[in-house]
Amino acid sequence: MFTNIYRLIKYSFQSFWRQKLLSFATMVVILLVLMVFQGIFIFGAIGDSALQSIKDKIDVSLFFAVDAPEDEILAVKADVEGLDVVKEVEYISRAEALELFRARHTSDETITQALDELDENPLSASLNIKTKETEQLPVVAAYLNNLVPEHLVDEVSYNEDNKAIIDRLTAIITASEVVGIILALFLAIVAVLVVFNTVLLGIYSNRDEISIMRWVGASNIFIRGPFMGLGVIYGFLTATIVMIASIPIVYMIAPYVVLFVPDFDLVVWFSSHFILLYLSQIAISVGIGIISSIIAVNRYLDA
Amino acid sequence: MITFENVSKQYDDGRYTALEDINFEIKPKEFVSIVGRSGAGKSTIIRLLIGEERPTTGRVLFGDDEVSTMHPRDLPRVRRSIGTIFQNYRLLPRKSSYENVAFALEVAGVPERDIDDMVRESLDLVGLSDKADNFPHELSGGEAQRVAMARAMVNHPHLIVADEPTGNLDPLNTADVIKVLEQINDLGTTVILTTHNKDVVNKLNRRVIQLDGGHIIRDVAKGKYMLA
Repeated sequence: MFTNIYRLIKYSFQSFWRQKLLSFATMVVILLVLMVFQGIFIFGAIGDSALQSIKDKIDVSLFFAVDAPEDEILAVKADVEGLDVVKEVEYISRAEALELFRARHTSDETITQALDELDENPLSASLNIKTKETEQLPVVAAYLNNLVPEHLVDEVSYNEDNKAIIDRLTAIITASEVVGIILALFLAIVAVLVVFNTVLLGIYSNRDEISIMRWVGASNIFIRGPFMGLGVIYGFLTATIVMIASIPIVYMIAPYVVLFVPDFDLVVWFSSHFILLYLSQIAISVGIGIISSIIAVNRYLDA
Repeated sequence: MITFENVSKQYDDGRYTALEDINFEIKPKEFVSIVGRSGAGKSTIIRLLIGEERPTTGRVLFGDDEVSTMHPRDLPRVRRSIGTIFQNYRLLPRKSSYENVAFALEVAGVPERDIDDMVRESLDLVGLSDKADNFPHELSGGEAQRVAMARAMVNHPHLIVADEPTGNLDPLNTADVIKVLEQINDLGTTVILTTHNKDVVNKLNRRVIQLDGGHIIRDVAKGKYMLA
C-alpha cells in the first residue's frame, strides 16, 4: 500500500520534472487565478469591515423634552429594549449629556463660559438605539414617532443619508465581488484548459512507459495516478506560492487600508485567517488540477 | 491453459477479416510457434490474448478467465501472468537495463525489498548481469532484446508471448534469443512465439500453428515451417 503510494508520488514528480518548462507555464496560469481569488478574499474582508464600522456608527436618537421625568424615560427605554429588532439601547441622562458636551468643548472658552452663566442644564436626556440590521432603523424611528407620548419627545433624530451611504457601499462591494468572481471563474476555465493540455502532453510524452505499464499489468490507478498527481502537485505548489507572495503584499497595503477602515488591521486579519485562506487556495487550485487531469486521463487513457 | 474457440476478428465494419474461425488450445509448459507470412494474423492472435483487442465472435480463454469479455479493470491481473516481448524491444531509453527490468516490478506493485534480487536473477538468466547499468543505446540489438526478455519474465509469468522477437536481429543474436526462450520454457513457463523465420521454427522442432489469410492451415505437435 505505502509502496504504491510512494511510487505514485515518485512518478508524479518525475512527470512534473520532465516537463518543467511546461509545468512552470501551467503554474503561472493557475497562480493568476489564485491571485484573483486572494484579491476577492482580502477585498471582501476589507469591504465587510468597512461596512460594519459604518453600520456601528449609525443609530436612531430619541431626545426627550427637558422636563420629561426620568421614570417615564426609563419606561420608554424598557419598551424599546423589548423590540425584537433592537440590538442595544444607551441611555444618556441630562447630567451625562452636559458632561459629554463640556468634555467635547473644553477648548472652546465661549461655550464653556456660556454654560457656566446658565442656571440650569439646557441639555435633554436621550436614548441612542442601535438595531440588528440597518434596514430596521426606519421601523424603530417610526415606532418612536408614533408610540412615545408627544409631551415626552423633543426630537427623533435619524439620518436617512447614512442608510443611503450604506446601501451604496453594499452595492459597490457586491458588484465588485461579482465582477471579481466572474473574472476568477473565467481564468479558472482557462487554467483548466491549460492544465488539461499539459497533462495531455505528459500522456503523449510518456506513451511508451504507459504501454509498457499496460503490458506488465500495471493497474489502472497506477497508469492514471501520476497524471492526477501532476494536477495535485500544481495545486499545492501554486497555493503555497500565492500564500507566501501574499505576506509582503499584505504588510505593504495594510497601512493604506487603515486609512480607509480605521478599525481594520489587515495584518492581524491575514494572520488569523492564514490557515483558512491556505486551505481555500489549495481547494481551488487542486480542484483545477484534478478536474483537468481527470478529463484528460478519461479522454486519452482508455483502459 | 489457453483456448481460442471459434474466434474471428474483423475490422472496418467487416470489410477486412484478420482472423476467421480460429480454434486451438495450448497446454501449460508448451512451446508453440505461430507462423505465417506478414498479415497472416499472428499479431492479432497476440493482441486478442493479452486483451488489447476483443474478438468479433468467439471466445479467448486464459486459464479460467475469459479474456474476450473481461472488464478492462480486471485485465491487469491477467497481464501480470503474461510476459510480452516485441520485435522492437520497447525499452525505455532513459532507463538503464536494470531500471527497465525493475520498472515492470514497480508498476506491478512488488515490494522494494524484493525488486533487487528479482532483477539480478532475471538479468543473470539472459546473461546480461554485466550490462545492468547500460542504457538501451549502449546495447546491441540482441542485448536489448534480452533485456526485454528479462523484463518479460522478471515477475515469473505463467506465459511468455514473443511477437517476432528476432525480426530485427542477425542470425547469431537470433540464436541467443531463441536459446533463452527455450531455457525459460525448460523452467516450466509456457512460450508462444510468433515468427516468419523459417530457420528458427525448423531448428526448434516444437509445436507449430501455421496461419494463412486469417485461417489455421496447419497445427502439428513437432513441425517445420512449410511454405503455404
